[in-house]
Amino acid sequence: MKAWLFHLVALAGLAVLAAVLPAYHANNLARVLVLAVYATGYNLAFGYTGMLSLGHALFFGAGMFGAALPVTLWGWGGVPVLALGMLAGGVVAGAVGLLALRTKGVSFMIVTLMFAQAGYLTLIWFNAVTGGDQGLVLPGAARRVLGIDLTQDAPRLWLALGIYAVALLLAVALVRSRFGRIMLAMRENEERSRMLGYNPYAVKLKVLVVSGLYAGLAGAAYGLFFGYAGAGFATVQYSILPMLYSLLGGAGTALGPLIGAAAMFWLIDFVSSLTNAYLMLVGVALIVLVLFAPRGILGFVRERWLPWLP
Amino acid sequence: MKTTLTSFAPSRRAVLTGMGAGLIAGSAGLVRPVWAQAAPLKLGFQLHATGIGASYGRWYQRTADAALKKINEAGGIGGRPVEIVYEDDGTDPARGAEVVDKLNSQHGCDLIFGTLFSHVVMGSAPRAGELKVPYLVCSEGYHVASGALNRWTLQPGITDVRSQISSMAPWVAGNLGKKVTMFFPDYAFGYDHRDFFTKAIEAQGGQVVAQIAIPPTETSYTRYFAQIPAETEVLYHVMVGPGVLTFVKELGEFYGSGAKPQLFGFIDSLEAVDTATPGLEFLEGSHFWEAHPRVKPADAGAAEGDYRAAVGVDDNGASVADAKDVATYSHMFSAWETLYFIKQAVEASGYAGVADRQKLVEAMEAISDLPYGIERPQGAKVFNGKTHQAFGSQNISKIEGGKLVKVHTTTIDEGKYDDAVDYTTMSF
Amino acid sequence: MSFGPFLLLALMEGLVSAAVLALMASGLSLVFGVMRVVNVAHGAFFMTGAVLAWFVAGHVPGPPVWGWLAALVVVPPMVGLMAAAVDTLVLKRLEYEPEAVIVATIGLLYILEQAALIGFGPDARPVAAPFSLRLQLPWFGYSGYKLFVVAAAGLVLLALWLVMTRTRFGLVMRATQVDRTTARAFGINVDRVYAGTFGLGAALAAVAAVLVVPTTQVHYLMGGDPLLLSFITVIIGGLGSLRGTLVAALIIGLSDGVISMFWAPTLSKIIATLLVALVLVFRPQGLFGAKA
Repeated sequence: MKAWLFHLVALAGLAVLAAVLPAYHANNLARVLVLAVYATGYNLAFGYTGMLSLGHALFFGAGMFGAALPVTLWGWGGVPVLALGMLAGGVVAGAVGLLALRTKGVSFMIVTLMFAQAGYLTLIWFNAVTGGDQGLVLPGAARRVLGIDLTQDAPRLWLALGIYAVALLLAVALVRSRFGRIMLAMRENEERSRMLGYNPYAVKLKVLVVSGLYAGLAGAAYGLFFGYAGAGFATVQYSILPMLYSLLGGAGTALGPLIGAAAMFWLIDFVSSLTNAYLMLVGVALIVLVLFAPRGILGFVRERWLPWLP
Repeated sequence: MKTTLTSFAPSRRAVLTGMGAGLIAGSAGLVRPVWAQAAPLKLGFQLHATGIGASYGRWYQRTADAALKKINEAGGIGGRPVEIVYEDDGTDPARGAEVVDKLNSQHGCDLIFGTLFSHVVMGSAPRAGELKVPYLVCSEGYHVASGALNRWTLQPGITDVRSQISSMAPWVAGNLGKKVTMFFPDYAFGYDHRDFFTKAIEAQGGQVVAQIAIPPTETSYTRYFAQIPAETEVLYHVMVGPGVLTFVKELGEFYGSGAKPQLFGFIDSLEAVDTATPGLEFLEGSHFWEAHPRVKPADAGAAEGDYRAAVGVDDNGASVADAKDVATYSHMFSAWETLYFIKQAVEASGYAGVADRQKLVEAMEAISDLPYGIERPQGAKVFNGKTHQAFGSQNISKIEGGKLVKVHTTTIDEGKYDDAVDYTTMSF
Repeated sequence: MSFGPFLLLALMEGLVSAAVLALMASGLSLVFGVMRVVNVAHGAFFMTGAVLAWFVAGHVPGPPVWGWLAALVVVPPMVGLMAAAVDTLVLKRLEYEPEAVIVATIGLLYILEQAALIGFGPDARPVAAPFSLRLQLPWFGYSGYKLFVVAAAGLVLLALWLVMTRTRFGLVMRATQVDRTTARAFGINVDRVYAGTFGLGAALAAVAAVLVVPTTQVHYLMGGDPLLLSFITVIIGGLGSLRGTLVAALIIGLSDGVISMFWAPTLSKIIATLLVALVLVFRPQGLFGAKA
C-alpha cells in the first residue's frame, strides 16, 4: 500500500510540475518522460532481472520506425502507429532474445550490441524508405492521437505524462507480483532459481519482450511527439542512455529511471550553458556518482530511509 | 550603398533627439544612446561545437562573429544592435530540437540560424515550425527545396547540393570523361550526390558505371577500390568526416604511379584540411568543386579581400593567426550571407518583435535578387521564395603545387531545376 | 579487377586490420581476464595514444622516422601510467564491481574525449609514416608501411606472450587471474597487479595507436569503432585467452575483408556483424574459452 501511495504521490508531483513549469522546461519534461518510459522498460530487464543489454537502441529504433514508416508510406497516424511501434519493439526484442539469451553477462551485452549495430546499418541500407541518417520528418497531420494535437506543447506534455504514468504503474505492479519476485531471483542467483524449478530462459525472454514493448512505445512516441525519426536513435549511444538513467536514478527501483533521466537531462542542459566542455563534467559526475552513491539516487534513499520501496 | 543608408537612418534620428545630452556628453555619447535605447535583436545560432561537425562549427562561429561585428559597427539591424546567442547541439538531431527550444523559449531569440548538418536540420525543423520561429539553415542539404520541411525553414545563404551537383556535370563530361564511378558516404549527403549526379551526367550523354557507398562506420577503404570498374574514366569522390585523409592516401597507394582515372571531388572531403598535407600528393592535378575558392583567385571580386580580413583568413584560406588552421571556406560564408539576409528582411519588414515573425518570413519570401558585394562574398545569388532556397554560381578548382587554383565558374542558371514545392501556399 | 588480385588485396587489408585489432584486443583481454571488468574507455586510451603520438612526433625535428620512434617509446608508458592512476584512484575504490566499472569508464571516456577536443581540436590530423615505401604489384599498389605494421604488431604480441609466460610479473598476473584471494594469501600485492594490468592494457592500446596512426589520422572520436571490434574479438577469442584473442582477430579481420568482396560495403558490414553475433550465440564461451 505504502509503495502504491508513494508512486501516486510522485505522479501527482509530476502533474503539478507539468502545470507550473515555464514553456522551455515543460517541453523538456515531455522529452524526459518519454525517455523515462524507455528507461523504465530497460530497468525491468537490467535492474530487476540482471540482463545487461546494450541492444535496446534497436528496440527503440524499431518502435520509432515502426511508427514513422506507416506514416510516411501509407499516411497513417495516431493510435494505430503508436501501437504498431510498440509491437515492433516487442517483436524485435523477442527475436533478439530468442538468440541472445543463450548467452549471459558480458557476452549477452556484446551480442545485443552486435544485433543493434546490424539493425542500425540496416536502417542505413534501406535509406530509400528510412531516410538513413538524415531521417524522416513526420507531417503534422499524422501527429494526432485520440484527437490530441501533438504539435502543441501542453497536450503533448499531458499525453507524455499519461503514458509514463501507465508505464510506471504497470512496472510497479509487475515487480510486486509473483513474477516480479522470480525476476529478482534471476538477478540474484540464476542457478538456484533453476534448481527451484524455474526456467531462466523463458523468464528472461518474457521480461525482454516486455522491456522491448516499453522501448518500442517510447521510440514511437518520441518520433510522433517531436516529429522526427532518424537512424541516429538506433546507435549505441541510445543503448547507453537508458543504462545510465537507470544506474543514476537507481537500478532496480521503479521511479529511478525517471529520476536518472531528469537529472542527466538537466545536468547537461545546465552545464552546456556554462561551457562547451559539458561532456567532461558529465564524465566527472558519473565517476563521482559511482564512487559515492553506487546504488544510484533512489537506491541510496531506499538503503537509508525507505526499505520497502519497489 | 542602400543598406548603409537605411542602417544609419535611425542613428541620425537618435542623434537629433539626444542632441542636448550629446552636446554635454561629448562625441562618445553620439553612438551610445542609440544602443541604450533600442533593445538588441537576438539571433540564436545552432552551433556544432562538439560532435562530428565540430571542425565546421568553429569556423561558422568565427564567420558569424565577424559578420556580426561588421553589422554592428555599421549601425546594427534596423537601428538595433544585434546579439548572437550560440548553443551547442553536439551535431545531434535530438539535441538540435532541444536547442531550438532553448534559443526560442529561454533566450528569447527573434530567430534561429546557422545549422549545417542535414540530420540536425531534419530533427530541428519540426520544432521550429511548432514554435513558429524563423529557422534559417546553412546546410546545403536538399531538404529545404525538396519540400520535406515547413514554412518557417529557409536556406538563403548557400546553394543546395542538388544544384551544386547538377551544375558540375556539364564540365565533368566535357573535360574529364563520361564514364564515372562514384564514391560517397552511405548517408543522406551521399544519396543526394548519387541521385542527382547520376541524373545530371546522363543528361550530358555520360554514365555512372558504379556507385560505391561507404558505411559511416568505415575507417579503411582500400578493399573497396577493387570494385572500381576498369572502364572508369572519372572517379567522383565525396567523403566527409575524419576518414577522408585516409581515403585519399589509400587511393594514392592503390593507383600509385600506374594508370588511373581522372579524379573529381567535392571539397567537403578536404574542408579544414590543408591540401599540402603529406599523403595528399596524389591529389595533384585533380579537380574539386568549391563553392567559395579557398585560395584567393586572381580575378576575385572587391569584397573578397574585405571578407577574408574580417573573418581572419589569409589568401590561402587558413587562419591569419595559424597557417595550419585551415578554414571550412566553401561552407562558412553561408553564416555570413545568412546574417546579411536576415538584416535585409528585418529591415524590409519593419520587424519589431516576435509578434512580427510571420511578416518577417513573408518579407524573406519576397526577396529574390541578391547581388554580389560584401553582403555576399561568395557571389551573387537568386533566392526562390517558393522553395525557400538560394541559388548561386559554383567553382571548379584544380590542385596545382598543393594549392587549389580556380579554373572554372558556373552560371547560376546551370544549377537551376524545377520547383518541387511551393512553401508560400502552406499555412504558417 | 579479376578475382585473384581482388582476393589478395582483401586478404592483405584483412591482415592489417587483424594485426591492429589483435594489439588492441589483447590489452582489453588482459584487463578482462585478470580483473574481470569491462573497460569501456579502452578506445579512449587508443585515441589518447594517437593524440599524444601526434604531439610527440610534431615536436621532434628531423625526418619523420625520429618523431615516430620517439612517439613509440614515450607514448605507451604515458598512457599506461595514466591508466594505472585511474585504476588506483577510481576502480580500486569501486572494488571492481562490474557495473560500477562500466559507468566509471564511460565517464572516463567522456573526459578523455572532451580533453582531446579542447587540447587537440576537432580536426583530423595526420602523423607522417616513418618511411614511405610503396609496393607496386601488377594489379595494384600497396603501402609498405602497412605490411610493417603487421610485422611490428606480431613482435609486440610475441613480447607480450613472453612477459606473460616467462617473467615473474606474468606469473603473478596469471595467478591473480586464477584466484585473487589465494594470490593475496600468498603475499601478492593484488592492488599493484591490478594497477599494472590496467596500465599494460592501456599501453597496448597506445602501441596500436602509434602503429596505426600513420596509415590513418588522429581524430578525437577515433576510439569508438576499435573499441567495439576489440570487444567482439575478446569475446570470440574466449575471455582472457591471449591465443584465442589472436586467432579471433585474424578471423574477424580476414572475414571482414573477404565478405566485403561480394556485397556492397554497408551490406557486407551487416552480414559480418550478424555472423559475429551468431558465433557468439552458438558458442557463448568463445572459440577457445572453457565451458563456463
